[in-house]
Amino acid sequence: MATTEFAVHGADQGAVRGPVVNDFSIQVATVNGSGSQSANTVLLRTIFQMGVPVSGKNMFPSNIAGLPTWYTIRASKKGYIARKKEIDFLVAMNPETAREDTMSLASGAAVLYDEPLKLNELRSDVTFYAVPYDKICAAVCSESKLRKLVKNMIYVGVMAQLLKLDMAEVEKALRKQFAKKVKTADLNWNAAKAGYDYAASSLTKADPFTVERMDKTTGMIIIDGNAAAALGCMFAGVTVVTWYPITPSSSLVETLIDYMKEYRVGADGKSTFAIVQAEDELAAIGMVLGAGWAGARSMTATAGPGISLMAEFAGLGYYVEIPGVIWDIQRVGPSTGLPTRTAQGDIEFVAKLSHGDTHHPMLLPCSVAECFSMASDAFDLTEQLQTPVFVMSDLDLGMNNWMSEPFQYPEKPQNRGKVLTAEDLERAGGFARYKDVDGDGVGYRTLPGTDHPQAAWFARGSGHNEKSQYSERPDDYANNMDRLAHKFETARTLVPKPEMVRNDGNEVGIIAYGTSHHAVVETLDQLQNEYGVKTDYLRLRAYPFTTETHDFVAAHKRTYMIDQNRDAQMLQLLKLDIAIEEISKLRSVRHYNGLPIDARSITDNIIVQESK
Amino acid sequence: MATTATPQPKSNRIGLTVLDYRGGKTTLCAGCGHNAISERIIDAFYEMGVAPERVVKMSGIGCSSKSPAYFMGRSHSFNSVHGRMPSVTTGAVLANSKVVALGVSGDGDTASIGIGQFMHLMRRNLPMIYIIEDNGVYGLTKGQFSATADLGSKLKTGVINDLPPIDTCALAIMLGATFVGRSFSGDKRQLHTMLKAAIAHRGTVMLDVISPCTTFNDHEGSTKSYKFVKDHEEPLHDLNFVPHFNEIDVDYDPGTSLNVTMHDGSSLRLHKLEKDYDPTNKTEAVKRVMESHEAEEVLTGVLYLNTTAPNFIDMINMTDQPLATLPESVTRPSREVLDECMEALR
Repeated sequence: MATTEFAVHGADQGAVRGPVVNDFSIQVATVNGSGSQSANTVLLRTIFQMGVPVSGKNMFPSNIAGLPTWYTIRASKKGYIARKKEIDFLVAMNPETAREDTMSLASGAAVLYDEPLKLNELRSDVTFYAVPYDKICAAVCSESKLRKLVKNMIYVGVMAQLLKLDMAEVEKALRKQFAKKVKTADLNWNAAKAGYDYAASSLTKADPFTVERMDKTTGMIIIDGNAAAALGCMFAGVTVVTWYPITPSSSLVETLIDYMKEYRVGADGKSTFAIVQAEDELAAIGMVLGAGWAGARSMTATAGPGISLMAEFAGLGYYVEIPGVIWDIQRVGPSTGLPTRTAQGDIEFVAKLSHGDTHHPMLLPCSVAECFSMASDAFDLTEQLQTPVFVMSDLDLGMNNWMSEPFQYPEKPQNRGKVLTAEDLERAGGFARYKDVDGDGVGYRTLPGTDHPQAAWFARGSGHNEKSQYSERPDDYANNMDRLAHKFETARTLVPKPEMVRNDGNEVGIIAYGTSHHAVVETLDQLQNEYGVKTDYLRLRAYPFTTETHDFVAAHKRTYMIDQNRDAQMLQLLKLDIAIEEISKLRSVRHYNGLPIDARSITDNIIVQESK
Repeated sequence: MATTATPQPKSNRIGLTVLDYRGGKTTLCAGCGHNAISERIIDAFYEMGVAPERVVKMSGIGCSSKSPAYFMGRSHSFNSVHGRMPSVTTGAVLANSKVVALGVSGDGDTASIGIGQFMHLMRRNLPMIYIIEDNGVYGLTKGQFSATADLGSKLKTGVINDLPPIDTCALAIMLGATFVGRSFSGDKRQLHTMLKAAIAHRGTVMLDVISPCTTFNDHEGSTKSYKFVKDHEEPLHDLNFVPHFNEIDVDYDPGTSLNVTMHDGSSLRLHKLEKDYDPTNKTEAVKRVMESHEAEEVLTGVLYLNTTAPNFIDMINMTDQPLATLPESVTRPSREVLDECMEALR
């Protein structure tokens, strides 16, 4: 397949490159289910432990075992952690893809391959290292059925020698990976050492790539976005979690289950939460809304196909005004699409999910730290606004490992919104559920079980008046819909504000959101350093758009919106939200091939449009 | 009994009168079976002395699902979406396991669009009462067959149903509901008794109540008409219910009666009309229900009862406090816990 989109070889064939330190990408091509994930994680962690900024991206098939899978590790002294389009070092373990993977490399790259594959015959402009894996394997592992699994750890050792990695750090990473499984760790450590020794004695370093110790990762953690979201939800005080397994969201709830069992069981041995695997996504969101109505902090996690199924209930949540948090770990659609590839494909759909006039707030985390912090934001917002809130993560963020500063403990107390107690009702002498008492479009609610004769209100998805009584009156309907629109304006003032990098006088602006951020940061440098184009940058953190976004567009002659979807979905939403005369200033950069977005693609695209 | 004193309105054990259990005026058709069921619900909750504030009335979409507006106006209620009342109720009960959940559904809402959620609800044995107001037709859309219509049953328009019915009771028994009964909206005493017993049970109570639709399905040729059900009703037993707060009359003949102690301490006595019917035997219960179809009987009574199976709240080992109102000190782990989690990720 090759996860690089183009091959550039021949151009600077034979060019001698100086040493390239802490600035390259490794791609490990293996077979799904071969245990390569442990080896890849050890390699990633070793570089991380040596203080070098690093990122890892898994490109895997929708399959249990047997199909090709690629893992790319990028080391970047400048701290760039987006995907790098060009592969510098290929570890070719999969006979099925080895030839194509090798052919798509740029000139000057390096290839580590299994000796019998004879890849060295394919090209003369890349450096080849042959490793007789089976021979080394047989020497370190007497049990033949385990050999397949330790085979991967051999390349870790070989790479450690070639890249000048510290073997003490390899051992540390490896022992962390296998934790309490000491025997497995020993076996793998022996394999890594054997790989290292083989490289030292039999290979001659002929490529420029090496790792040197830095201090840019001190105190940092490595975690995937789904696990970060799970932690965030636990600290946000979630109590009811419902889910239906779907890639790439399953690990969010699975990790949450582990954390909750560890930290949310009371002294009496009883759980302070309920987690239910539902029969489908309809039931999952139905349970979320039932629990939200009854006053719990409730959530579900899903992906595109699940979102489609949740459409009817999303409208109920909007119209009855019930809290609930829905994590959408976006993957490639439409339909089943590419279940194991990344996209920002559900933005427009979720913004207006359901029939009739509906609008939903969306939070847009770009990092694992925001997956953590926006969990609390989402629960506070959903209860404050009494409406479902969607958190739009994606597969790249959710399922890949990212380095991060440690997460900050949520300092703000939980905001449980406008809930009346029996005492409140006694004082006020009753209430009208949908009356806009405070002028913010948000009414007061009571929870089932509130011990007061006037506590009850009738929640209904059918037309209703201020007292939540059934009504088909034109004025009741229109007034209610206008109040809901007004409530969405309140949401605009409460959602997380965008982050901006601005300088006076820049004509060009870039707007991005979610995982595109990491590529855009690199693009800003590329535009300035390579083309002298100075740009301002605004990163959206939520929908509805806030005034900062409107001002940003107004302040620039041209603004590029970066979308990881074909239809420029966020751009379409923005067009509906800004003044008509501003629309012509907006331009679009779209990336939608299933791979995480990279800086070079954005830079090239903007330069082409700028020169028009 | 002659008396000159001003009659005091009667009240139940928590001091409420039956008026406190009433709801809005019904907008269903005159003579609709659903209205009779609403009356029985009012009486049962009143007599059992359940505070209406503790009850949540749940429904989906359809004539039956409108009915919670017509009883117990002091209870919270949720008229949700078509066929999905089970999931909404599950969420509500998880959030607050102290509430008494009463779901009212119809045959379309349950057996067609909602069959999936219905079946999974039964599997979980969630503590709730699930009533199907079963008339074999869609009323609000003007009289199409539902999936509980019997083979050969005829619509007003002359259309004959040629698909076999789904027996919701047989399904509920097989899937894990722990109290399954069938009754008839016209059988005041049986339904009333069964509802009181339902309130005493902690698990899924599934009651299929045949409730004739006077507008679309009460004619000659319908198997869900008042006349047909009256002529074909086959009660399994006479029911007697003694609530836990009343003294129990211990005098009964184990040869002809079965006495079951319910979760709240109440007693349900089943005086056998059919010898050898054992409502605690799952296999026999399903067999007897299936036989009733062959015999064209409307078999009523407590078809299955299991007071020992754990309910969903027990199974997931949830704290006794409602999750909804747990304080932040309980739901947000400490700073030290976050530090510990961060250290493990370094």
